[in-house]
Amino acid sequence: MSRDEPGSRPLALLGSELGTLFRRRRTIAMLAALALVPILIAVAVRVTSAGDAGRGPAFIGDITQNGLFVAFTALTVSIPLFLPLMVGVVAGDTIAGEANLGTLRYLLIAPAGRLRLLLIKYAAAGIFAIAAVLVIVLVGIAIGAALFPIGPVALLSGDTIGAGEFALRALLLVGYVSLSLLGLTAIGLFISTLTTVPVGAMAATIVLAAASQIADALPQLSAVHPWLFTHLWLGFADLLRNPIGWDSYGQNALLQLGYIVVFGALAAGRFTTKDILS
Amino acid sequence: MWPVTDAAIETSGLTKLFGHQRAVDALDLSVPRGSVFGFLGPNGSGKTTTIRMLLGLAAASSGGIRMLGEPMPTAIASVLPRVGALVEGPAIYPFLSGRANLLRLDAADRHASSRTRRARIDAALERVGLSHAADKKAHAYSLGMKQRLGIANALLRPRELLILDEPSNGLDPQGTREVRALIRSLADDGTTVFVSSHLLSEIEQLCSHVAVMSAGRLVAQGTLDELRRGEQRIEVRTPDAAAARRVLQQLRLVVDAGSESGTVSATLVDGVLPEHVTAALVAAGVRVRGLALAGAGDQGNWLEERFVALTGEGFDVAG
Ligand SMILES: Nc1ncnc2c1ncn2[C@@H]1O[C@H](COP(=O)(O)OP(=O)(O)OP(=O)(O)O)[C@@H](O)[C@H]1O
Ligand SMILES: [Mg+2]
Repeated sequence: MSRDEPGSRPLALLGSELGTLFRRRRTIAMLAALALVPILIAVAVRVTSAGDAGRGPAFIGDITQNGLFVAFTALTVSIPLFLPLMVGVVAGDTIAGEANLGTLRYLLIAPAGRLRLLLIKYAAAGIFAIAAVLVIVLVGIAIGAALFPIGPVALLSGDTIGAGEFALRALLLVGYVSLSLLGLTAIGLFISTLTTVPVGAMAATIVLAAASQIADALPQLSAVHPWLFTHLWLGFADLLRNPIGWDSYGQNALLQLGYIVVFGALAAGRFTTKDILS
Repeated sequence: MWPVTDAAIETSGLTKLFGHQRAVDALDLSVPRGSVFGFLGPNGSGKTTTIRMLLGLAAASSGGIRMLGEPMPTAIASVLPRVGALVEGPAIYPFLSGRANLLRLDAADRHASSRTRRARIDAALERVGLSHAADKKAHAYSLGMKQRLGIANALLRPRELLILDEPSNGLDPQGTREVRALIRSLADDGTTVFVSSHLLSEIEQLCSHVAVMSAGRLVAQGTLDELRRGEQRIEVRTPDAAAARRVLQQLRLVVDAGSESGTVSATLVDGVLPEHVTAALVAAGVRVRGLALAGAGDQGNWLEERFVALTGEGFDVAG
């Protein structure tokens, strides 16, 4: 028997989830911290004028010539630690946070539907990951334009592109890095179904991201490198060439999809059968 | 397999194991529609665990559940929208206002109308007396205010069944009275109310039916009157005390050990009426000089006495 009232909106819970997530002080603080990354870089380069091409993060030497590179630099330095940290916090909190508050039982008897709740939680965490990347890029572009000259961007292949083309590349980059984080989000979602202690789930997710990057740096483990979800995190250079190389984009998409499917299935299997005793 | 009854809740052999512990043990519960059903039991006797299984939060180790005529948890999606519940106290998002808490939980119910959402939430807040504190952050709520918010959540939509786990916990006397009045008015509208509580006077005032749990097992179930009658005592005045004692024991009555000489008293059990006792005494040639019935139900705290008799005097919880 379906008891739809007129005016019921099935996506209302996703709206509520996003509203709750993005109005939380913790979320706002995390996004603000991410916004500080490009600001810090831009100010540091501006004050010291030390855009030494030989050392420091990729692209940092280009900033003094073109402020738009602040966004790329900030993204590159945030990928190994900052972004996985924030994503780990949000993904680890998804189910465990509700369980810890006890609100999980009330969502389920509403009834939200276990699978539906899990999907909505994943969607919201994924949207957070996209928002986090967007914040870095947009703030990077803004502060770069404010502190440095901007103009045509020289690509890694030597060609230069105009503003419109740059916007497209920046968007592709946002897509690439967000995609990179979706596998980790799925891992965090699964871990979150295992516990009622959100901090534990967050820490475990972040530790896995770190461990995967360490494993990726050990030549002795080269056999497993292609399977590590962090393996292609920094492989977006091809997007900054002419013509655009799609190989790593496709590979990364496939890799992340694999993680999403596997850990999504594990999370679903666990969450749909779990006793909610908190 | 299932008896065709018009029960709001029906369980058969419902069991929940935590490790080796039988938190709920072969529970056969039958909650008639339209009843206000009191669910009693000492701490740790399995009330909340039972409620979790009813609502599909925890899976039964064995046994079955039917709620509102449908099997649970199979029909969870169509049953739960018709059920409002408070389980093991309220749970809140501390960083949201009381109203925002309800907005979120109502949005979780996919069938609830977004159009009427605000009006329904206002009405529920009004019903539990929280209108004036609705926009305060819930972390600033007192214990009783949180409890009221939890009850408001159960009332967001018209429900056929309300399952309330200790609804009066933390409420002030006015709040307790309000909740009682609320439950009565909901019951008058035809809502079945399944309420667990340790406040026996409240149960006595409210409930038409009761069930008593003890260490995971159901030790009594029936109407309040049946439970009260169960505690009726009979007192026989006779010079043949030893013979009278034997007769009462043959009737399977529990004879009080400390009866003074000249009187023998015992607790009546279901199915043994005073006239049966009289007939048996006379048939055995006992000289009956007086026969008195003392309904424990006449005592002010009969339910408490009955509760203790059923679940034991011990203060320690069952492990
Ligand atoms: N998550 C759990 N893991 C293991 N045992 C549990 C769990 N939850 C409850 N129990 C056990 O199950 C038994 C019944 O607990 P339950 O919460 O159902 O009692 P209750 O009747 O609601 O008690 P109270 O009146 O204190 O609320 C207790 O012995 C308890 O220790
Ligand atoms: Mg309880």
